[in-house]
Amino acid sequence: MLWRLWDSDGVYAFRHSPAAIIAASVAILILGGALFAPWIAQSNPYDLSSFSLIDGLLPPVWQEFGDPRFPLGTDDQGRDMISAILYGARLSLLIGLSAMVIATVLGVSLGLAAGYYGGRFDAIVMRIADVQLALPAILTALLIDGIARGILPPSSIENLRVVVLTIAIALSLWVNFARTARASTFVERNKEYVQAAMIMGQHPLRVMFIHILPNIMGPLLVIMTVDLASAILLEATLSFLGIGLPADSPSLGTLIRIGMQFLLSGEWWILWVPTLFLVALVVSINILGDFLRDTFNPRLR
Amino acid sequence: MVYFILKRLIQSVFVMLAVALIAFSLFRFVGDPVSQMTGVETSVEDRERLREDLGLNDPFALQFYRFSSDMLRGDFGFSYRTRQPVSEMIATRLPATLELGIVSLIISLLVGIPAGVFTALRPRGFATQAILLTTLVGVSIPTFVIGIVLIFLFGVQLGWLPTFGRGGTTDLGGWTTSFLTVDGWRSLILPALTLGVYQLTLTMRLVRAEMLEVMRSDYIRFATARGIPYRKLHFKHALSNTMIPVITIIGLQFGGVIAFSIVTESVFQWPGMGLLFLESIRFVDIPVMGVYLVVIAFFFVLVNLLVDMLYILIDPRLRVKEAS
Repeated sequence: MLWRLWDSDGVYAFRHSPAAIIAASVAILILGGALFAPWIAQSNPYDLSSFSLIDGLLPPVWQEFGDPRFPLGTDDQGRDMISAILYGARLSLLIGLSAMVIATVLGVSLGLAAGYYGGRFDAIVMRIADVQLALPAILTALLIDGIARGILPPSSIENLRVVVLTIAIALSLWVNFARTARASTFVERNKEYVQAAMIMGQHPLRVMFIHILPNIMGPLLVIMTVDLASAILLEATLSFLGIGLPADSPSLGTLIRIGMQFLLSGEWWILWVPTLFLVALVVSINILGDFLRDTFNPRLR
Repeated sequence: MVYFILKRLIQSVFVMLAVALIAFSLFRFVGDPVSQMTGVETSVEDRERLREDLGLNDPFALQFYRFSSDMLRGDFGFSYRTRQPVSEMIATRLPATLELGIVSLIISLLVGIPAGVFTALRPRGFATQAILLTTLVGVSIPTFVIGIVLIFLFGVQLGWLPTFGRGGTTDLGGWTTSFLTVDGWRSLILPALTLGVYQLTLTMRLVRAEMLEVMRSDYIRFATARGIPYRKLHFKHALSNTMIPVITIIGLQFGGVIAFSIVTESVFQWPGMGLLFLESIRFVDIPVMGVYLVVIAFFFVLVNLLVDMLYILIDPRLRVKEAS
C-alpha cells in the first residue's frame, strides 16, 4: 500500500523536483512552527508579563550587543522576534486557511449547482462572478470590511476582527472555484456514469457531491493552493494597510506594518525578519501550486 | 461600426447603473444617514424633519433616481467625516492617482512587451530562463513589500530618491501635476515602479504566450520562406497579431492598477484617491466609499470602451464584417 503510493505518478514527479521538495519543506516547517507556537516560542507576545522593556531593540545574536536569549533580536517592546513571528504566522495561517476553506465550499457548491442545473441559475451565478472578477480581490475585501464596520456595533467590532477579515477574504476569492467547478461539471454531466446515476433516480445532491465532485478535484486542488497563497497575501496586505488586525494581536502583516516605523532608523531586523518570513511562506506555497498544476494537467507538461 | 459602438455604449450605461445602485444601497442601508449627520442632542422631531427633508421616506426607486441624477450633475453629497463636498475631495485627489497609474502602465508596457517578445523568440536561452524565474518571484512578492524594498534601497541606503509624498507639483487650474518639475518626477519614480512591477510581469507573460502561439502559425512560416527580414517579420507580422488579447488584458488590468494603487499610495503616502478610500473605510465614511466606487467604475468602463474602439483600428477583419 505504502509502496504503491511511493510509486504513484504524483509522488514520482515530486521526488524528482528539487524545487517542489524545498518548497514543501519550507511550507511544512513554517506550518509546524505556527501550529506548535505555544510550545516552541519562549515567550507569548500577547502576554504583557512575559517580556520586558529592558530587552527592547536588541539586535540579532550575530551583531554587536546581540543577546543569545533572542537569536533574531527583539522589537521596541522587548518582544522576542521569533516568538512574535511564530504567533503571527499562526494567526495569518488560521485566517488564510479558513478563508480558503470557506471560499472553496461556497464556490464549489455554487459552481457544481450552476453546471448541473444550467439555465437561469447558472446565468445569475455567472453574471455575479463576472462582475466580481472585474473588481480586484483586494478592493472587494476592503469594501466588505468597510460595510462590516458600518453595520456592526462599534463595541463588538474589535472582537470580531478575525471573523470579519476571514469572511471578507473568503468572499473575494470564491469566484475562481465557482468558475472552475462549473466548467468541469459541464463536461462531466454528459458522461455516461452521471447519466446512469441520474436515470437510477439518485438525488441531485448525491450526484453532484458523490459522483461528479471526486472527478473534478484535480484542478480544484491546484486553485486551493494558489488561493491559499492569495488569502495569506490579502490578509497581510489588509493588516499592513491598518484595516486588518490591530497591533495587540499581530499577524505577519501587522508585524511588517510595525516594522515600517523602524525603516529609517538602524533596527532593520524588526522589519525584515517578518517580511522575509512572509515572502518565504508565499513563494513556497506558489511553487507547490505550480508543481501541482504541472502534475495534474498533463497537457501543460 | 456605429451599431457596434452603440451596443457597447448601452452596455456601459447598464454597468454604471448597477454600480450606482450598489453605491446607493451602501449609503442608504449601511448605517443611518440621519444619525450620521446629527449629534446626540438633536431631538426626535428634528431628526424626523431632516429625514423628511432629505427625502429618505420616499419610495426606493424615487430616491435612487434622485441619487443618480444628482451624481450626473456632479453633486456627490457630503463626507460624514470632513463635512466637505465629496466631489471636491475626489477632484483634489484624482490627478495624483491618474498620473501614478498612467506612468506605471507606460513602464509596464515599455518593458513588458519587448521582454515578452524576446523571451518568446529565444525560449531556451539563459536570459529567458532568468527573466521567467524573476517574474515568478515577482508575482509572489506582495506589492507593499516591493515598495518597502525600493524605499530601503533607493531612499534609505542610497539616498537618491524621496520616499513619500508627491514632491513639487504645479497647479494647472485645479489639476495638480507632477510632470512639470524635476522634484515631482523624482517623487514619482519609486511609486510608479512599485505599481508597475506586477502589471509588467502580467504583460510580459501574456505577450510571450501569444507570441509563441503566433510564431507557430502557417503565415509566419510562409513569410519566413518568402525571405522577409526577421526584424520586420517579428515586429510587424507577428507582434501586431498578438495585440488584440494584449490590449484586452491591459483594459482589464486597469482595475488592478487602481486596486494596487491603494496599497502603493499607502506605502508612499501618495495623496491620491486610494489613500482617501482607505481613510474613508477606517472612519466608515460611506459617501466617500460609494463615490470612490462609482468613479473607479466610470474609468473602468471608459477604458474598456476605448479598448473596444481600438479593436476596430487594429483588426481589419472587424471593419470588413461590419461592411458586409
